[in-house]
Amino acid sequence: MAMTMTEKVLASHARVPEVKPGDIVTCALDWIVHIDVVFTADWFAIPNRIARPERHVAIMDHMVPAQTIRDAEAHVEFREFIRRFGIPHVFDIGNHGISHQVLAEQGFALPGQMLVCEDSHTCGAGAFNCAGRGLGALGMTYAVCKGESWFQVGETIRYELQGELSPAVDGKDVFLYIAGTYGEDVNSNIEFEGPGIAGLSIANRQCIATMCANLGAEFVLFPFDERLEHYLRERAVEKYNPVESDPDAEYAKIRIVDLRSIVPYIALPDSIPNNCRPVAEIAGLEINQAFIGSCANGRLEDLAVAAGILEGKRVSEGVRLIITPASQEVYGAALRAGYIQRLVDAGAVITASTCGACYGGHSGLLARGERCVSSSTRNFKGRMGSPDSEVLVASPATVAASSITGKITDPRRYQ
Amino acid sequence: MDKIIRGTVWVFGHNIDTDLMYPGSAFQLPIEEQARLVFSGIRPGWVDQIGRGDILVAGRNFGTGSARPGAMLLKYIGLAAVVADSIGGTFFRNSVNYGFPAIQCAGVSEAFQDGDVAEIDLHKFEVRNVTRSRTLRAIRLPQQIMEILEAEGIVPLLRKEGYLS
Repeated sequence: MAMTMTEKVLASHARVPEVKPGDIVTCALDWIVHIDVVFTADWFAIPNRIARPERHVAIMDHMVPAQTIRDAEAHVEFREFIRRFGIPHVFDIGNHGISHQVLAEQGFALPGQMLVCEDSHTCGAGAFNCAGRGLGALGMTYAVCKGESWFQVGETIRYELQGELSPAVDGKDVFLYIAGTYGEDVNSNIEFEGPGIAGLSIANRQCIATMCANLGAEFVLFPFDERLEHYLRERAVEKYNPVESDPDAEYAKIRIVDLRSIVPYIALPDSIPNNCRPVAEIAGLEINQAFIGSCANGRLEDLAVAAGILEGKRVSEGVRLIITPASQEVYGAALRAGYIQRLVDAGAVITASTCGACYGGHSGLLARGERCVSSSTRNFKGRMGSPDSEVLVASPATVAASSITGKITDPRRYQ
Repeated sequence: MDKIIRGTVWVFGHNIDTDLMYPGSAFQLPIEEQARLVFSGIRPGWVDQIGRGDILVAGRNFGTGSARPGAMLLKYIGLAAVVADSIGGTFFRNSVNYGFPAIQCAGVSEAFQDGDVAEIDLHKFEVRNVTRSRTLRAIRLPQQIMEILEAEGIVPLLRKEGYLS
């Protein structure tokens, strides 16, 4: 039977010739990734024995550096867990970053493989032709014990990308256009194909794959291509076998997106599906905070875009611009490239690499009545602080432009 | 877990996310205080109104968002189950692992109002509005999933196998 990319990864890891929508399969996992938050919140049950410790990766990301005594103690517990089971791949504070970005940089997110973590944005690994899935903490407990996990095989939605992006438009705008136009596709897999992909940077693909968590996607996959091969050449920790969809694979829907027609988009507060507009339509709305960071948009090219827009300008009085590089590697590269200098000169605050502000944990929370334009992953009510604050999600370019004017601003004005 | 679950209904809308169930600010609190915050952003005081065994009915994309265990808190505050038009896979996985039934049933959010009595039949996978005498067909759960739910979640199963103490 012809299969999609997702179906091929699931079938190979379930060691069966084929899978189809509606099946439930148990898959062997290539990488099992641990993060600190499950220790802080006490969600994870520490087992007596674990399967294949050599395939485990441990990354500090949510509470970095420790914000409370409880965080510090959770980090101690996490390190004890790492030592007890001899987990070999460890990214502790100073060598850390948002887990999804660290997995990419360090070459663990590999084509044709399966990777799991507690966190819902693990689907971002799909940019690397890798089936990533957030399992929640108890789902992780099971995976840690057994080295495998069950998955329900969903239908696949195929997005066919054509053309090239216009200036000042990026992967975030592509996603917001898709989410605003087609809404959610709960329990489905989302796959991107088509000639438009070649022109999309790896960072843009990571952003799109990550954001598909908002659509209720099970797995999100991009194809393997030359650009990805180049990215992985110096990074991949082992050999890999990419998957490609069969020409006659079956899709629940095929949707064609012309990248040339996409303008800067923004998600209005509280939810993303069917709740996005062109930035120009709501330009002028006042903001208190602007945030650039997260596993969606805290990468080097995001900081480059922001530094370009803010160079020689000042963040508007009364607005806080908070910038969180997605990893130590990104932070160091942004320093060496001069982006951090330009951003600080413009009045930005740079934080440690962490998930902090994006999940409303720390390092940039909102008070009652405040509004934030954010390049992060989510705009849920209360996501970044008070339940009576608002978050609008947009691209780093839109966030940077808005921080200068103090109002939602179309970034094409600064091109 | 009973295979016939009967209870009074609370109706919520579409895209109810796990941040609403379990705000990020609650991660460091003791569980009793976390429970006070369930849906406090949209329905302040709601946790004081609900009764043990009540049922949540919701719209599309229920449990969207973070993998934080919203299902754990919904079970902790005494709800018996959730039935929604559609349910995000990450919430669903958490609900199974915590032994909290989460059933997908298209059209359910239109078929109930606050205070109606629902009966969820996990033999036939039907959802009945007892108050309005209406029956809807739900999506059947695979046997493998039912076994985890019937064991009250993944922890008792892993204990039995010696993985957890």
